[in-house]
This record gives sequence, structure tokens and C-alpha cells, in this order.
Amino acid sequence: MGMDFSTLRTLISRYCAGEENCVDTRTVYIGHKEPPPGAEAFIQQRFPDNRIISSKYTFWNFIPKNMFEQFRRVANFYFLIIFLVQLIIDTPTSPVTSGLPLFFVIIVTAIKQGYEDWLRHKADKAVNQCLVQVVQHGKLSRKHSRKLTVGDVVYVKEDESFPCDLILLSSSRDDGTCYVTTASLDGESSHKTYHAVQDTKAYKTEEEVNCIHATIDCEQPQPDLYKFRGNINIYMGNEPVSRSLASQNLLLRGATLKNTEYIYGVAIYTGMETKMALNYQSKSQKRSAVEKSMNAYLVVYLCILISKAVINTALKYVWQADPNRDEPWYNEKTESERQRHVLIRVFTDFLAFMVLFNYIIPVSMYVTVEMQKFLGSYFIMWDDEMFDKELGERAVVNTSDLNEELGQVEYVFTDKTGTLTENNMEFIECCVDGNVYVPHIICNGQVMPGAAGIDMIDTSPGPEAREREELFFRALCLCHTVQVKEEETVDGIKHGIHQGKSSSFYISSSPDEVALVEGMKRLGFTYLRLKEGQMEILNREDEIERFELLEVLTFDSVRRRMSVIVRSSTGELYLFCKGADSSIFPRVVSGKVEQIKARVERNAVEGLRTLCVAYRRLSPEQYEQVCHLLTRAKLEFQDQDKLVAEAYDLIERDLILLGATAVEDRLQEKAADTIESLHKAGMKVWVLTGDKMETAAATCYASKLFRRSTQILELTTKRTEEQSLHDVLFELSRTVLRHYGSMTRDASSGLSSEYIDYGLIIDGATLSAVMRPSQEDSNSGNYKEIFLEICRNCSAVLCCRMAPLQKAQIVKMIKSSKEHPITLAVGDGANDVSMILEAHVGIGIMGKEGRQAVRNSDYAIPKFKHLKKMLLVHGHYYYIRISELVQYFFYKNVCFIFPQFLYQFFCGFSQQPLYDTAYLTLYNISFTSLPILLYSLMEQHINIDILKKEPTLYRDIAKNSLLTWPIFIYWTVLGVYDAIVMFFGVYFLFNNTTFTSNGQMFGNWTFGTLVFTVLVFTVTFKLVLDTHYWTWINHFVIWGSLVFFVVFSLLWGGIIWPFLNYQRMYYVFMQMLSSGPAWLSIILLITASLLPDVVKKVFWRALWPTNTERIQAKRRCLASEPSTIFMLSQTSSRISF
Amino acid sequence: MASSYKDEDGHITVSGSGAAAGAGGGSLRSKKPENTAFKQQRLPAWQPILTAGTVLPAFFIIGLMFIPIGIGLYVTSNNIKEFEIDYTGVEMSSPCFTCAQNFSWNGTKPCTCSVPFHLDQPYESNVFMYYGLSNFYQNHRRYVKSRDDSQLNGNEESLRKPSKECEPYAKHGNKPIAPCGAIANSMFNDSLELIYNDPNGTKVQIPLTATGIAWWTDKHVKFRNPGAENTNLTVVFQGTTQPVNWRRPVFQLDSDPDNNGFINEDFIVWMRTAALPTFRKLYRIIQRRSNVHPTLPRGNYTLEVVYNYPVRSFEGRKRMILSTISWMGGKNPFLGIAYISVGSVCFLLGVVLLIIHHKYGNRNNAAEISH
Repeated sequence: MGMDFSTLRTLISRYCAGEENCVDTRTVYIGHKEPPPGAEAFIQQRFPDNRIISSKYTFWNFIPKNMFEQFRRVANFYFLIIFLVQLIIDTPTSPVTSGLPLFFVIIVTAIKQGYEDWLRHKADKAVNQCLVQVVQHGKLSRKHSRKLTVGDVVYVKEDESFPCDLILLSSSRDDGTCYVTTASLDGESSHKTYHAVQDTKAYKTEEEVNCIHATIDCEQPQPDLYKFRGNINIYMGNEPVSRSLASQNLLLRGATLKNTEYIYGVAIYTGMETKMALNYQSKSQKRSAVEKSMNAYLVVYLCILISKAVINTALKYVWQADPNRDEPWYNEKTESERQRHVLIRVFTDFLAFMVLFNYIIPVSMYVTVEMQKFLGSYFIMWDDEMFDKELGERAVVNTSDLNEELGQVEYVFTDKTGTLTENNMEFIECCVDGNVYVPHIICNGQVMPGAAGIDMIDTSPGPEAREREELFFRALCLCHTVQVKEEETVDGIKHGIHQGKSSSFYISSSPDEVALVEGMKRLGFTYLRLKEGQMEILNREDEIERFELLEVLTFDSVRRRMSVIVRSSTGELYLFCKGADSSIFPRVVSGKVEQIKARVERNAVEGLRTLCVAYRRLSPEQYEQVCHLLTRAKLEFQDQDKLVAEAYDLIERDLILLGATAVEDRLQEKAADTIESLHKAGMKVWVLTGDKMETAAATCYASKLFRRSTQILELTTKRTEEQSLHDVLFELSRTVLRHYGSMTRDASSGLSSEYIDYGLIIDGATLSAVMRPSQEDSNSGNYKEIFLEICRNCSAVLCCRMAPLQKAQIVKMIKSSKEHPITLAVGDGANDVSMILEAHVGIGIMGKEGRQAVRNSDYAIPKFKHLKKMLLVHGHYYYIRISELVQYFFYKNVCFIFPQFLYQFFCGFSQQPLYDTAYLTLYNISFTSLPILLYSLMEQHINIDILKKEPTLYRDIAKNSLLTWPIFIYWTVLGVYDAIVMFFGVYFLFNNTTFTSNGQMFGNWTFGTLVFTVLVFTVTFKLVLDTHYWTWINHFVIWGSLVFFVVFSLLWGGIIWPFLNYQRMYYVFMQMLSSGPAWLSIILLITASLLPDVVKKVFWRALWPTNTERIQAKRRCLASEPSTIFMLSQTSSRISF
Repeated sequence: MASSYKDEDGHITVSGSGAAAGAGGGSLRSKKPENTAFKQQRLPAWQPILTAGTVLPAFFIIGLMFIPIGIGLYVTSNNIKEFEIDYTGVEMSSPCFTCAQNFSWNGTKPCTCSVPFHLDQPYESNVFMYYGLSNFYQNHRRYVKSRDDSQLNGNEESLRKPSKECEPYAKHGNKPIAPCGAIANSMFNDSLELIYNDPNGTKVQIPLTATGIAWWTDKHVKFRNPGAENTNLTVVFQGTTQPVNWRRPVFQLDSDPDNNGFINEDFIVWMRTAALPTFRKLYRIIQRRSNVHPTLPRGNYTLEVVYNYPVRSFEGRKRMILSTISWMGGKNPFLGIAYISVGSVCFLLGVVLLIIHHKYGNRNNAAEISH
């Protein structure tokens, strides 16, 4: 009967749900044993083996696949095309000039990727070859991990990690539980308890396990680590039994077995189907604003390039219309050239011009930018000030692509708990029926020795009250999921239970619970352990009280409460419930609600985390009912979560309120200072938290996010209940806008002293109402706009009661608002991951809630306070550096190529290059590349200390201000001007005369070399003018590269090079230098080229100085006097390179 | 785009449980960044900034230096004597008109013409005689590369098998052309003579030196005749043919063996392609003979031209230039004027800056103090 029933139910459930997800389940035969015939017609599926493949390439496909991927990128492809054009048609420059740099880049990248892939292969191999123990024919045998298949029964010992996803069959512990840490999966180092299947937990040897005859139905693998649904059918004894399986039965690959001697489990997901493998999918690429501007400039230059080529081609054919120009007697074409079709000739000429001018988009820029980012990111890791002694951690750079984005942040979204606050909970007080108890506190939460530890604030309670008080303490000692870990230390939360005696620790995934249990200890009730289902408490009289733990109604973020059902030694049944005030009060039927509510609110305002405790006495009949409800819900396969929640809802009611607790989560060190600096730097700071409004608001006040003068605008459920959302929104926007209007008037009259800043508080529910897409009336679509308008005018926003996904939604909303501001999200927990991934820059704090945030972030820092240096110093520097790098690169290539363009007008548009091939090739690679690379690594326009002291300087670079179009045009115009000066300067020098003292003449190569010499010196000196920070390395590199140019030129022209088929440069450079006017003109042209830039700089600085420039000037004044700061910075910077 | 060179995958790191087990005592020290000046970005540095105050002196100094240099250059350039005469023969009145009209490549008899001219001033020191061509694109790409440097360097193999770059002037018939290429083929072959018409009626031919007109390194290193030294050039060049437009083979360019074949200086000068379509090339040097008499006294001269070089087809012009040379070369006022103008601009800017510095510098300082 039972069998029929269960089979039928499975079938029905499969086919009911099956309509849409028929293949969504899989059937696993434990130990590969077929089910008894007739049980069910399973479709045998093919499962992959347990091989993990993280590598990208194989030996065979490496070259084609890697090449394909590299040339898929536009820049590489462009250079490849140029190279191919040079190979195919007769072009002015040799293919080497573009081929050499391109293939250098390609090969270096390929080697790097190949090496990385080889490392992955090695790691894969190590993992796949690792031996695991499998039960076969009643005996343990060893197998390579990769040979594991679905259905194998695996034996895992303590401290080993699971080779694949397993269903726990049995463990060495009698209750069939085992402890696991998932540190390498989600970073939570606390021990989690997993449960064996009820019917198999007794099978503890390999022989016994071998007899298990069962099949498992479960869903196909999905990446959610915490969700699993399945069903096990056991065909033993007479009747097959069916049991549901949940995530508490599933041991994940990558997790490690702890505190348990051994376990048996059956493999259900293997290899690339394990949840771990499914979770490490690649993140989407983030691109920085600088990169976007760079690409925009690139398009402009591509247009310039093409138009140059088109103009020249057109002019060429106009000019050549006269056959005596096209083909004078002294310069005839070959026969094949003559016979070429005119269109082909035009096309090849166009391509040839493209090739001639293609250096305007330099390959080396990409390489330099990459190198700058990669090498530059080391300064973040090396920063001593971002090293945290406590944690022993330093800043981590997960991607170096976004360095400069750190200097562009406009919105900071921060998590509260663990980010702004330390997530180091400390029990502050509890309130039982209006009586407040405060444990004695010495620093660091240690109890005064010998003190019983109760300090009554209010009147001492009567006997009846005393009873309730003890019940309250017992409730807190019992209602939790804290584990006691003895002796050895564990990562994570550790606190000594007995000072001096033995070292035991409370461990829990929630630090609040640990704080509460510890607080109870200080108030005289010590939770000792959970032993054989009995919770042991040491009470004030040093007696051990035992309670049988019957049920745990675990915490979840929807209910925001948890409960336990215990039976006392006297046989009474209690349900203890603890949770957020909002989730407890509606369920309370009696107790001193008013007093407690008042206390809770007071505490919340002070920034304490409050919890309410309530209880309910259960009669045995009621308990029966509860048990029934729970078992029924837990057996359910389909809607288990929903049913369990419903059951909990039924059980947790008619509560009697006992009291409330207050736990303090201290602010992180210098959190207020950091937030203040960020504000001054013009960033808007938003706090996104799951906490309740009052607590969060208190933290915001404490961290100076809101000041006393801040006018708070509330957009909460409470208000929207009174008025409609529509009205509230419009009222708020009116307030803000009115103020804004008056402010502009003030500003015009010069009276902006009465500056009110606004703070907004919004909660999750209202936010989702605001964000909901328009449905009923057309107005609602505007809510988002109005809301954004309000936000724009608020310096600080607090979003409370946020679900993790809502955090990401907010970030996305701001990101996509019409100004497209740059956002930064900072958080420490798994609930911040979504927003960290969503924001332009994601920063992880190495907090207590695991490593998930850190791993998904772009940068990780040990503490919130490090954000200040990260943004104000590193971000600022990186932005200044890279923007100069980008502008300078384009500038120097305009200077380089524009003379070539001009020269075409004097050589009959014949694509004659102005410079020698060696110069064309090496200009970007060696003559001018190192100084700018070094600049982009070392430049400090202002000292580190000043940047930290003056956060307002950050505003100077806001909105990508150094890469705006006017500045880009200025640089380009400067480049064109320099090119014109250089070209025509030399042109007039050469114009139909000689400038040697022996009357001999110079040729076209001398012309080009002279232009080139002026060019190299000019662009290098331009950088010299821009460099504000001259270390010995800068001197070395800048002067070194000029010397290198001269030495190279001497060498290149000094020898008849046997491998070259031309000797055009022979002695050209030396002959040039032997002439006085050449020297004079070099000096003159360099001066003339640099003059406008110097004048512009000086004039702008004198007439319209930016903040940065003012500070620089001030520093100069200070520097002349003995200033302590600079003395210090000088002495600390002894050369210890 | 720029992110391209980064590895862009978030691959599985199957490295076991390394991540969380970090905070041990040993790793604490290893994770602490080194406190060196370089790594902390605190290297001692000179931190200059360009302000009106600092730039001011520089501007004045540049101004004060450039203006005198410019004046010096300008005066020097002005002192150089230069005489230029166009003998293309475009106008009917020109003495070379007939020659220019009747030009043919196959003319066996050279056409000559004499162009009279008058020097207003005596030329004291060495006088350099140039020929100038205009509208002649020696810098055309097809032209510039049409040569074989290894052939010119005396490589026997290249002599027999000229480079492909020389096309279509690499071979004539089946014989390799020596020297090959368009440049060599179009070598300037007018010959110019200077006659001084002494007031007493005698005509004195001015002695012209044909050596020292090419770069020393070109003549002695870059250009070399094939074969061993002092071998008979006729033998060496056996099996090659002269360029199509040449009237005689390369080994008959000059009677002097040190100025014959590839190392003929007229040839070397021609082979250095000019930068611009209007150019001049050194033709001869008139050495100063005595300290008493000027090299070229004031008076009437005749330029005797053997007219071989056609330029009319491409509207070119031919000129003869006589010039003295100073340390800064020939007459070119550009450098002097440029120096004077840049110098004055600097000086002017200096004055403007001085005003600005005086006016705004104080204001800014005051603002900072109140700030």
C-alpha cells in the first residue's frame, strides 16, 4: 500500500510539475543498484564523470583558439589588417613596422594566457587525480577523483573535502549529523550541521552501507548553493520508504568535513555539474569611464585617419591628372603598374595612405595602458597604510582594469553591518518587563572577575518578576543555534567561555547570537553544550539544568525570527521565540508590551540592535499538533519551503512577551571620518542595510552620514500608509526643489552660508513601490524620475530593510539615471555580492561574514576606513595618471604623423614616408614610451598627505574632467600646432638653400631626421613640463630615453648595415649634427613648440586656478618654511628602494 | 577595447581550502607590505610647478638670448652673397631657347648656349656653384626607392642582378643597368662653365673644382666601385649597360680614376635625393686663389652651358647659383627672423606675465591665506 502510494505520488508529482520541467529531475541509484523491478520505470540518464575542467584550451586548440580570441578584439584586428595590407600591396613602409609590435603583443599575451592555462591544467590534474575512497562490493577501494560517477558511495574522513556533491547517508556520529565548513565555497568558516537521511543513518560500516538499496530523485544541478530538493526511495525491508531530501542533506564539493570522524555519502552531482563548478561562472567585464573615452577618441582618430587618407588620395589624383606629373620622363612606372585598373590603383593608394598614417592609432598605447594598469595596481597592494594589523590582511586587487575608476566615484553605496560597523557584537543590556539589566563591562567585553554581574537600573523586582526574569535568561540560553567548540581554535568567531579554565568557544553563523549567549553568561546563565539532544545550562546557583531540544524553527530573513521547542526536566514544554520587534509584537498576546516597546525604540535610536524574546507554554496535545504540522511540511517534496513557512507561522503565535535585548554593533574605526571625507570629496553616500530604520538611522548619525543640521526626509511605509505614495513623493520633491531654487538665488547674492543638506530615508517596501513599473496610471512611471530627482539633491540616503537583490536594483537605478554617475559599492557579506557586482566598482571588506564579497569584488580592503585612501589618494592618482597617459599618447602620435601628412603635399602625394623605417617602428616602442609609462606609474601632482587632508580636491577630477572633449581637442590642436611648427620650421630651413659650412646639400632623409629629432625632444619635454614629481627614476628614464635616441641614431647611421638593402640613413644623423644651424633650429623649434603649452598653463594657473593648483601653490609657500608635515614626509622617505 | 590584454575569465580555482586559512601568525608577516619609499610612493622627489613666478625669468632669459642670436643670424645671412640665374630657356629672348626647343634624347651633337650675366659685387671667399631644379620630384616615393645601395656599394652580385626596386630601370635588353634605378637614370648632365669677361677684353675661364662636393662618407664608404682597387673599371663593368638616358657609361664619367664610376662626385651628389621639389645641388667649388684678388671680381661673366637635360616636359626650371658660404651655410634669413620673433614673443609674454603675476599672484596668495 505504502509503496504504491509513494510511487504514485512521485509519479504524480513528477508529471504535475513535469509538464514544464520533465527533464529537470534525475534519478540516482545508490551503489548502482537497480531498483526492484516494477518499482518505477526510470529513464537512465547519462551523467558526466567527476572531472573538473577549468582550463580553457587544450594542447591542440591553443593556437587557433587563442589567436581567434585575440584577433576578435577590435584593436588587434585593426592592426592585423594594417599588417596584411602592408604585406599584400606595395606600401610606403615595410610590414615589419606594424608587424613587429603587433606580434610582440600577441605573443606576449598568448604566452601569458598559455601559462595561466597550463597552471589551470595542473590544478585540474591535481584535483582530478586525487584519490578518494569508494565503497565497492562491501569494501573500500581507492579511485581517482575524476573516475567518480553518480551513484558511487563515497567515504570521507575528517578534514577531507568532499570530491563531489554528496547526499549524506550516515556519519560516525550517532545522531547522523556531521559538521562541515564551507569556507572555500562561500567563505563562511563557521561549522554547519548537516543531517544524514533518517533511514540510513544507522549504516556505519562499508558492509552495512553496501546493503543500502535505494534510489534518489532530485532536481538537475542548479547553482544556488542553499537550495536543494530531492527524494529518496529506500527499498529495504518490506515496504519501500520515501523521504524528502533538502539542502541539509547535501554535502557540497569544496566543503570540508569537520569534527566528524567519517561519513558515507552518495554522489549525485559530479564534475562540472557540482554546485561549486556551476557557481564559478565568469563575471561580466566592467569597463572604466576612461576606457570609454579612450574608445571614443579612437573613433575620432580613426575618422581623422580615414579622412586624411581620403583627402590625400583625392588630391593625388587631381594632381596627377597631368601625365607629366604622374609619370615624368625621369620617373616612369613599371609595365604592370601601368596596366593596373584605375580603381584598383585608387584603392591601393588609399590603403597605402592608411598604412602611412596608421601610426596615429598606436598599438603601443594598448600595451602601455595595460602595463600601467597592471603595474600600477601593485601600489594598492603595497600600501602599508591599507594593511590591517589585526586581520593581517592588506588590500587586494582582483582586477586592475578599474584603477582609474576609483578616482571617478560619485555614488558610494555601503552596507552597514560589518562595513560601517564592526560586526563585533557586544551585549549591552536586556530589559525584562521594563526592568533593565546591564552586565558589568570592562574594556573589550570582559567581565569583572567575581562579579555576578547584574546592575539594576530600575527598581529591584519582586519574586514573581524574578521568575519571569529567569525564564527570560533561560529563553536566551536555549533559543539559538550556537555551537560550543572546545579546545582548538577555529577561524571566525571565537570567545572564551571559561576564563582560564579550558578554552571553549561559542560558534555561530550569527554574531548576534554569540553576543547574546555570552551576555547571558555574564548575567549568570551559562550555556554549556548540546549533548544527546539535551541542552545544558549552568544557572546562577552553579547547578546544571537540562532541557530536551525538541524542535528548532530556524531563522530566515522573511520571518526575521527563530524559535526552539524544549522540554524541561520537569516535563513542561516551552516554545521560545526571539526575533525582530516588528515580527514579534504582532504575535504577542500578553506581557508588558508598552514598556518593552518604549525601551526597544529608545535602544534602536541609540544605534543598538534589538531583539525581542517571547515564549509560549505548550500542552502535550499542542506539541503533538506542532510535530504533526512540521513533519508533514518537511516530507513535502514540491512546495516544502512554503509549507514549512506556513507551519512555522501557525506555531509561532499567541506568544507572551518576556523582554528585549540590545546588542551594540560598534562603528568601525574612523568610519565617521571616512564618510565625512567622502562627502567633502563630493560623493553621495548611500547606506543600504537590511536593518530596521531606527537602528540604521542611529548608525548614520553616529557615522556622521547625517548631521544634526541635516534635514531628514522620510519615505517609509509609515508615511505612505498615511498619504499615497504619489503625494509623499511630490511633497518631498517640492521641498527639495524649493530649497534648491532658493539656494541658487543665495549663491547669486553671495549668501550661501545657510546651506541645508538633506538626508533621505527610504525602506525596502516603499522603494519597490517606487521602482515598480507603471501599471495603473501613467503617473507612476514618473515616480522613479521624481525619486531620482529627490535623491540627487540629498547628500546622504539611507535605505533600510533592503533585500540583497534590492541593493543591486538601487545601484542599477542610479547607474542608469540620466547622468550615468559612477557608482561604487562596498560591503562585506554575501548579501552585498549582488550590489558589488552591479556597481561600476565593487569593493569587498574583509569582514567576518565570510569571503564571498571579497571574492566577487574588484578590490578588497581590510577595513572601511581604507576606502578613504583608496579613493582620495589611489583613485585620484590613477585617474590623473591614466588620463595624461591617454591624452599624451594621442598627442604624441599627432605630432608624429601630421608632418608626414604635410609632407605629402611636397612629394606629389606619393606616400613617401618622412621618417626612416627604424624611426617609424621605434618611435612608439622605445623613444617615447618609457617616460610616459613611468609618468603614469609615478606621477604625484600633489602629495599623498595633502590629498588625504583635502578631500575637496577629488571634485577637481570628477565627471571625467580630464578627458572631456575640450581638453581632448586642446591636446589634438596642440599636437597639430607642434607638427606644423616642426615641419615648416625645417621646411624653411631646407628651402632651396644649404645650411652646412662646406656648401654640401642635405637630402630628404636629413629633412625627416631633423623633424624627427625635434619631435622626440619636443614630446619628451612636453612630458617634462607635465611631470610634477621628479624622482631619480623619472630623471633616469626621461633623460635616458633621449640619450638612447641619440645613441641609437648615431649607431643606426654609423654603420653600413649588411642585412639592409638600403643605406639611406648612413651618416645622415652625424652630418646633420655637424651643422650649426641644425642645432639652432632644433633649439628654436622645440622652444616654439612648447611655448603655447607653457603659456596656457601659466595663464590658466594665474587667472583661473583650480583647487588643485591653489593647493600646489600653497604647498610651495609652505615648503619654503620648515613645515612639519613635509619635514616628516621627507625624512620618512629615505632612499630605501 | 583596452581591457583586451587582460585575462577575462573567472575560472574555477580548484586550490582547496587556501582562502580562509590565511590569518595565521606566519602569514601575517609575509602579508605586511614592505615599507620602502618606492612601494609607499614616497620616494624623495623634486616637485616643480610652472607658475608665472617661475616661468617669468625663463621667458626673459629666452627672449634676451634669442633676439641677439637672431640678429646675428640675420646679419650673417645678409652678408652672404648669392647670385642666381635661370637658364632654362623658356622665353624666346633667352639664349638657351633654341637648345630647349630642339631637345631630343638621341641628338648626337650637344647643344650649347652661353648666358651672360653681371656680378655687382666681388665674391671674396670660396664661391660655391650650384645647379638648381624646380618642379622636379626627387622625393617621389617611386623615385626615392628606385636605387640599389648594395650595387652602389660595389657588390658584384647586385651589379649583375640589380634589385627589384630599380624597376623599370633595372635591365636594358638583357643587360643589367649599372647604376640601376630611376635616380641614376635621370642624373643631371648639363655641364656648366664660367667665363669671366675681363674689362680689358680677355675671357678668363674660372677654374672649377669638382671634388669635395659630396659627403666624405658617401664618397669613401657608401659608394664604392665594384672589384678590387685600381682595377680597370671598363673590365669591371663588363656585361652591364649604361642607364638608358646616359650618353656614356658610368666608367667614363671622369678621367680621374678617383672620381670615376660610382664614386664620381657629381653622381653621388645626384644620388642624394632632395627633400623638396625645388632644390639645388652643389656643382662646383671655386677656390679662392690669392689673398689679393677676390675669387670672383665684380664684372661681366658668361655661363657656358652644354644643354643636355630636358625639364620643359614637366614645367621644370634650371638655375645656376653662385653663393658664398658662412658658418651657417647659404643665404637663408628664415632662422634669423624666426629667432628674433620667438625671442620677442617670449619677451613680450614675459612682460605680460609680470603684470599678471603682480596683479593676480598677490590676489591668489591673499585668497589662500583667508581660505
